[in-house]
Amino acid sequence: MRAMVGGLVVSAFALLGDLLKPKSFAGLFGAAPSVALATIVLTVMKEGKGYVGIEARSMVLGSLAFFLYASVVSRLLIRRKLPVLPVTSTAIALWLVCALGLWYTMQRVAG
Amino acid sequence: MKIKLDTSGLRQSRWYEYLARILFGGTVTALAGLIAKRFGPEIGGLFLAFPAIFPATATLIEKHEQQKHEKQKKERAGDSGTKRGSAAAGVDAAGAAMGSIGLAAFALVVWLRLPASGMSIVLIGATLAWFVTSASVWEFRETLWRRARRCRFNASNRPPHDGVHHHAVDPERSTNRRSHE
Repeated sequence: MRAMVGGLVVSAFALLGDLLKPKSFAGLFGAAPSVALATIVLTVMKEGKGYVGIEARSMVLGSLAFFLYASVVSRLLIRRKLPVLPVTSTAIALWLVCALGLWYTMQRVAG
Repeated sequence: MKIKLDTSGLRQSRWYEYLARILFGGTVTALAGLIAKRFGPEIGGLFLAFPAIFPATATLIEKHEQQKHEKQKKERAGDSGTKRGSAAAGVDAAGAAMGSIGLAAFALVVWLRLPASGMSIVLIGATLAWFVTSASVWEFRETLWRRARRCRFNASNRPPHDGVHHHAVDPERSTNRRSHE
């Protein structure tokens, strides 16, 4: 159920991105909250609002990691003209390190 | 720059590309749920902003740009379809970077408002927050870009001491614009 809803919501936002010009504006839809929208409804029904509140707090950190990821990928593709798939796939590791690093830092700061 | 709807992109896409997106999106959503179940909501929440579909989308943009390039037969020395494809995907990634600021706004609204308000209202408000924030950042960047381009244009057209205008290039028609678009 979760996978089906997720697939449809993600595709709907991707389709919207395909329809819009210029490309930089269409790119906004590459960071649409599609996975979150599909997940939150089902999670609230199953686990409650408190659980989703905690997830959303972490999602802020995930978004900051996404910003770093997309900025680095954009720079590498525009300036260096590197092939897309290796760059976008390898940089996922950057997102992971950044997201977990931010989460760990927040844990330490919060005590 | 004017925002417009263009259906030509839809004609370039094949049915299996749409299917791949549905599968990717579904897998990521299911994985986010499984990670939250295994490691708790704090780690699981990070994956609500996971850029998993982005590599697939960017690869499609690169492929479509190459196809368009071959069709138009505009290949020049040093400007291959691959390079154009990378640049187009790079511009899309720049848009995604701006969209991720909106994604943080979405998460903030859900985090701060969900415990006290109804789910539907919060999700509509959060999605609006994502769009308004992303579009505002995009507009702000466009304004800065236009201003910088105008400054460059004015600098290149400043009359020298002999009063003759040199390098009268219209910035709106400048070739540099292509990579920005």
